[in-house]
Amino acid sequence: MTIQHVVFIILSAIALIGALGVVLDRRLFRSALFLVLSFVGVAGFYILLEVELLAMIQLLIYVGAIAILIIFAIMLSRQAMIADDKVLNEQWAAGWLAAVALFAALVYVLVQVNWPVVEAAAPANGIQRLGETLMNPDGFVLPFEIASVLLLVALVGAVIIAREK
Amino acid sequence: MDYVLNLWVNLATDLYQVFGGWGLPGWAAKLIIDFIIILILVILGVMAVIVLTPMERKVIARMQDRPGPNRAWPYGLSQAFADAIKMLTKEMILPRHADRLIYTAAPILIVIPALMIYAVLPFGPQAADAELQLGVTNLNVGVLYFVALGSISSIAVLMAGWGSNNKFALLGAFRVVNQLLAYEVPMILSLLAVVVLTGTMATQRIVEAQSIPYLIVMPIAALTFLASAMAELNRSPFDLLEAESELVAGYQVEYGGMKFAMFYIAEYVNILSTSILFSALFLGGYKFFGLEEVAPVLTPFIVLGKAVLVFFFMLWTRGTFPRIRLDQLVGFAWKFLVPLNLVSLMLVALVAKLSVSTWAQAGLLLLGNLIIVAVTFLILGLVERRAKSARPAVQRDPLQRMPVLTGGSGSEAKNLTSAAER
Repeated sequence: MTIQHVVFIILSAIALIGALGVVLDRRLFRSALFLVLSFVGVAGFYILLEVELLAMIQLLIYVGAIAILIIFAIMLSRQAMIADDKVLNEQWAAGWLAAVALFAALVYVLVQVNWPVVEAAAPANGIQRLGETLMNPDGFVLPFEIASVLLLVALVGAVIIAREK
Repeated sequence: MDYVLNLWVNLATDLYQVFGGWGLPGWAAKLIIDFIIILILVILGVMAVIVLTPMERKVIARMQDRPGPNRAWPYGLSQAFADAIKMLTKEMILPRHADRLIYTAAPILIVIPALMIYAVLPFGPQAADAELQLGVTNLNVGVLYFVALGSISSIAVLMAGWGSNNKFALLGAFRVVNQLLAYEVPMILSLLAVVVLTGTMATQRIVEAQSIPYLIVMPIAALTFLASAMAELNRSPFDLLEAESELVAGYQVEYGGMKFAMFYIAEYVNILSTSILFSALFLGGYKFFGLEEVAPVLTPFIVLGKAVLVFFFMLWTRGTFPRIRLDQLVGFAWKFLVPLNLVSLMLVALVAKLSVSTWAQAGLLLLGNLIIVAVTFLILGLVERRAKSARPAVQRDPLQRMPVLTGGSGSEAKNLTSAAER
């Protein structure tokens, strides 16, 4: 067992405890905070895999934007101070079924696929290579730009919908 | 003499050899040295409170023409120690019906990211042996790391506001996060200008690439970063989230004793790290007219000196400007800083691709920045003139409405007229 294994187990524990907390805690605000914990655990995985860029993006977007958006939505749409949510509702059977089916599918894929393993170390200038690939005409510049335009359209649309009158 | 001039690197190298002499493997020796460096940085961060608070109180007092703290000996400089001892001896309280876990975790969680930022701050040139350099790590994504950690502290603020079970705390937390989110965008845009010009996100290499301080080359990006950093640090004039007269103290209202002190510490730790980052990105970091090559031992002090200058500038603005309103605050970020920086970013991207010498590049950037500023002021003047001509005459009938006084700022008058239109 190397030090990577130990770190992996700790990070998995963080991510899983966070995920369990999201589902099991009765207070919605705490659930949102457990979601943040889970995100942080996933960011730790990225650092373990030596992709710092993804780890930082994970923190910036998931913790800094998405989690805060969720917390705002909770606080503005419910009585934030009162904490009496039920853990289970009447659709619990369907929920179990979906979860077990998804888990089975994931395990099946995990076992079936022959995962390629690269022996070489991760390249040192990963960020540069990512940027060049995204901006390369032979690479992903077209999908990248289309995604940007789509996001811009969504942004403008949100502003128009939210505007008074 | 040569040893002293290069003291830090030599000390680290010697320690490394001493540990090797004890039979420790290389990675363990490096680990111990790293821990020592981390310890020094953490202590430096926490000491910022003790050094910067007396400075702030004294400087602000002098600007406001009063003596400031002058009882705690000497010159009131030990006031910070007295405050610290008072904080330590206070009772730990938990508000009724507060969420114990979240209420207690928030002050801890706000200090951790504040201290983690010190990992990417460059305090000196890269050592020949890359492992033994000043500053803990030369992270490839240093600038992004700074922004990402900032987003964790907004979660901590929300936790403090919600966990206290107090509506003023919650309102304060909403204001903070509103402000943090609004100013994150111009901050990232201004950082992006630097990253585009240097082609790297590592703070160390940004300092190396700076032959002329970027404050002169790209004043728009630099001043935007400073303004948004001050907004993120809740410094005046952007300090309306703890506006004492309206919100008591914002999200910290239910905290007392050491828990309050943790928020206080985090604030000053963040101020120092942001000042250091500003000096690294826009003031040339550890560079000071070639002194860093003659005497590398001085580089941390150069960095700290520049950071204190930046802090003084923040105090200066605090002593000069009144607090701005919430809608002005958000409008300033979205309607002024973001478009301005998008234009400046386009200019930087264009000039960075030109294959000219560094000096020509700097001159072009400065020229372009000045033109952008001039055009911006022209547009602002036009907008103001149009607003003035569209404004109806002042109502003089006292029975119709309260007297409308349009003497001072234009925005207030505009609000009143729009209210009249409705």
